[in-house]
Amino acid sequence: MTSNSFLSEERSPIFSRSNLTYFLYKLVNRPHLILGAICLFVLSFLVLTPLLEIIRDSLSIQSYDIAYLPDAKIGEFSLFHFERVFTGPLSKALLINPLLNSIAIGICVTLIGVSIGTVFAWLIVRTNIRFKGFFGALAVVPYMMPSWVLALAWLSLFKNDRIGGAEGMFTYFFGIQPPNWISYGFFPIVICLSLHYYAYGYLLMSGALASVDSELEDAGAICGMNRRQRMWRITVPLLLPALGSAIVLTFIRILGTFGTPALLGLPVRFYTFSTQIYASLNASNNGDAYVLALVLIVTAITCIWINNRVLGVRKSFVTLTGKGFRSREIDLGTWRWIATIGVGLFLSATVFLPLVILLWESLIIVPGEYSLSNITLEYWIGDGSIDVVYGEPGVFQSDNILSSLWNSIRLGLSAAVFNGIIGLLVGYAVVRGRGTHLSKWLEGIAFAPYIFPSIAFGAIYIGMFSTSWGPVPALYGTFTILVLITIVKNLPFTSRTGIAAMLQIDNSIEETARVQGIGWFKRMVRIVIPLSFSGLVSGMLLTFITAMRELSLIILLISPSNMVLTGLLFNYNEQDMAQHAGAVTLLLTFIIISGSIIARMISGGFGLSALKNS
Amino acid sequence: MEQIELTGIRKSYGKERAVQNLDLTVNPGDFLTILGPSGCGKTTTLRAIAGLEEPDEGEIRFGEKVVFSRRQGVIIPPESRNVGFIFQSYALWPHMTVEQNITLALKEKRLSRNEVESRLLKSLEMVQMEAYRKRYPSELSGGQQQRVAVSRLIALQSEILLMDEPLSNLDAKLRTEMRAELKRLHRELEATTVYVTHDQTEALTLSDIVVVMNKGLMIQRGTPYDIYHHPQSLFVAEFIGDPRINFFKGMLVSKGERRYLDCKEFLLPFNKELPSNSGVVIAAVRPESILLSYEDRKDWIKVELKSIQPTGANTILQVQIGKVEITLMQPGFIRMNLEESLWIKFDSESLNFFSEETERNLNI
Repeated sequence: MTSNSFLSEERSPIFSRSNLTYFLYKLVNRPHLILGAICLFVLSFLVLTPLLEIIRDSLSIQSYDIAYLPDAKIGEFSLFHFERVFTGPLSKALLINPLLNSIAIGICVTLIGVSIGTVFAWLIVRTNIRFKGFFGALAVVPYMMPSWVLALAWLSLFKNDRIGGAEGMFTYFFGIQPPNWISYGFFPIVICLSLHYYAYGYLLMSGALASVDSELEDAGAICGMNRRQRMWRITVPLLLPALGSAIVLTFIRILGTFGTPALLGLPVRFYTFSTQIYASLNASNNGDAYVLALVLIVTAITCIWINNRVLGVRKSFVTLTGKGFRSREIDLGTWRWIATIGVGLFLSATVFLPLVILLWESLIIVPGEYSLSNITLEYWIGDGSIDVVYGEPGVFQSDNILSSLWNSIRLGLSAAVFNGIIGLLVGYAVVRGRGTHLSKWLEGIAFAPYIFPSIAFGAIYIGMFSTSWGPVPALYGTFTILVLITIVKNLPFTSRTGIAAMLQIDNSIEETARVQGIGWFKRMVRIVIPLSFSGLVSGMLLTFITAMRELSLIILLISPSNMVLTGLLFNYNEQDMAQHAGAVTLLLTFIIISGSIIARMISGGFGLSALKNS
Repeated sequence: MEQIELTGIRKSYGKERAVQNLDLTVNPGDFLTILGPSGCGKTTTLRAIAGLEEPDEGEIRFGEKVVFSRRQGVIIPPESRNVGFIFQSYALWPHMTVEQNITLALKEKRLSRNEVESRLLKSLEMVQMEAYRKRYPSELSGGQQQRVAVSRLIALQSEILLMDEPLSNLDAKLRTEMRAELKRLHRELEATTVYVTHDQTEALTLSDIVVVMNKGLMIQRGTPYDIYHHPQSLFVAEFIGDPRINFFKGMLVSKGERRYLDCKEFLLPFNKELPSNSGVVIAAVRPESILLSYEDRKDWIKVELKSIQPTGANTILQVQIGKVEITLMQPGFIRMNLEESLWIKFDSESLNFFSEETERNLNI
């Protein structure tokens, strides 16, 4: 009855009709393969060609270089840019100083931000601190606000007279000029970025903390460990992989951040890597900018590689879930109220205070004069009389602002919708194709935009889409290019949420529909999409928020024809129009927060509740 | 009622051979169980029948209709095979009510409204779930979810039913209940059924035919009685039966008329015909085929009692002769002290002998 003979069977020739049917069937019956191949092709174009483009441009003569090399031909291969950046006399100004500044800022902000985030996560997830829900919601708000809101508020507070323009509140109330190191440069950049990025650390760490089973700690207690031993021998090692990722991911983001260093650094010629790239591109010195962008990308890749090498093997710890899972609250005792008040104060200082300052700033007539008699609504509803407001109408009267607002909303919505769809498709292709090379490549390519620092990515897209590209027309200055770059840059997040959502749906859920005679399209519409809906909505919400508040990514790509709110705000600030900048920022923050509340209401409504117990 | 016929089915995942050259026929209306440890290829076989896996080689036929043939290049996708399938996880759609779960496929088939409604009612009635049609799966207990999965299967009115460990997520009591239910349903539906499990009790209680698989190969096919009493190999003997069968390795010896297996610590008398009257063989005896006595009798062997585990209706005893451990099962709830002496005797009729090299039954 049984036989081991694998050799005796005669096989049909490889190109026979039966074999063709067989392989064709296998292909057609694996829609995730087809989908995956299409996604891989499109994404490779959008992610890899920019990289190749940037490498090529950095290795060839650009039109700007003719001034230095009169004999060279444009487009010719040359190490000119690399020599200039790495060994030339300008190297210190172009590469070394900005790099050291960026790394110093990155290290300080990561340490401060991740520490605060971790402490908050521990307090809110594991202890009996009061107002958990409220604090938890509030701690995420800095993440939703644009990172340079704090920088703007800082300027309103501490602007001094060295740079010109009006002075800040500090000078007005105390009559002292704050020293330059407080007003501009390294110190305020670190403070403002830390107060923004702690929210990111909080998000990552609270997720990891919530997944550590209290029973593991109880087991330690039964073995005779005291509270501190349990903390250091059990909880911390379990959290280490998440902590490592939080540190690396935060660090990379800070390396590429543009808004805050630009607002607080450029006035005193304090350059970070991202502002140096911006400056080089502004001087149309693309070659140098691309070399710098490459250095940034290589740094980012190195960080991720180190993280994976050191902690990668242990990653599986974090995904500890399962039956018998429970989490017990730690009683803080008398520290409970101290912690509650401390966290409360900190959150109000980082969330409410900047908004209040900006609101006040947007209400004063003469800049630098913060008395109640100097308050007006001109900047909100005025029609722009020359003597008060530089002839610029108030926020709700200005066509310029309203059209930028509309562009921002359009950008947020379209990026969210496209990202939602792409996230769904990529997630489906990756999860259903688990174990195949295609799945691995697709997952990798979808994560790749993460390692491109935003400012560098923007720089690449200028180069790539300034002329037509095969069937793709020249997109520079169009709204489309903003949507495109936002979609691609957000791919890592949306594909993650898509994959996570698909992992929730066991294959048998779909297979059972197959055997019942329900075709692929119907299965997607009736089963896969409804089940992943809430995950998709949260992914789309994230895209919407990031797109609305994005500056670093699109600062190089905006022009009057496709202006968005963030770009407008940057311009107002450069022209020292603090009132308008404050008003626009408040408007933007208001839209982002209300948008996210609406999205949560929608996704809470269906999907999640039905999935909970299955 | 349809016959299922598999010929020369092979399936590998990379280098791992999940199913190796399997020939299997399921007679119309039969309840056939594929039994084996995890990774033996039983689920792959079942999924190949449903069309959820494409074998590398071989042919599958439902009655006269070829649904898969590598040679002829015929593959009918699972959507068109019209089989019923129950997954281990039940695979109920969590975002749909019981009613929607059952009727989705029927509506997709464009059946008339009346037909859908009557099938829904009938299938719910058969599993006594009429009261729950508006509930969501998350609002049902494990047993109720299982019933919904079964009723979804009934509503499709397939002639072939495939079940992949459908009871393994239930607790012991519910499992016994659902087992009886499945057996009743099979009788009422008269559908050809292939049932996959690693639980030998389910296999023995439910099936007309049991197929034992191991490492992608079919080891034995037979009625539950045959499989239990005449295992073809050591693997089957050991896999089937709870508590586990006893094995004794020994030399065949003859003393005058009588023949024994010399197990060093004791002599095991038997009267079965064996191919050879000498050499080393392995004898297997079921725990319930060993007789127990509380007093010394002629030819009975004295044993030491090591542990005693009453399960209610039966009692499992662990005894020792020298270094050899033996498991016994006796009817009734036995209460005794470990110091008490016991004597045992082997029922020579129920002994099975296996070759040491081939591990195959010497009598089959």
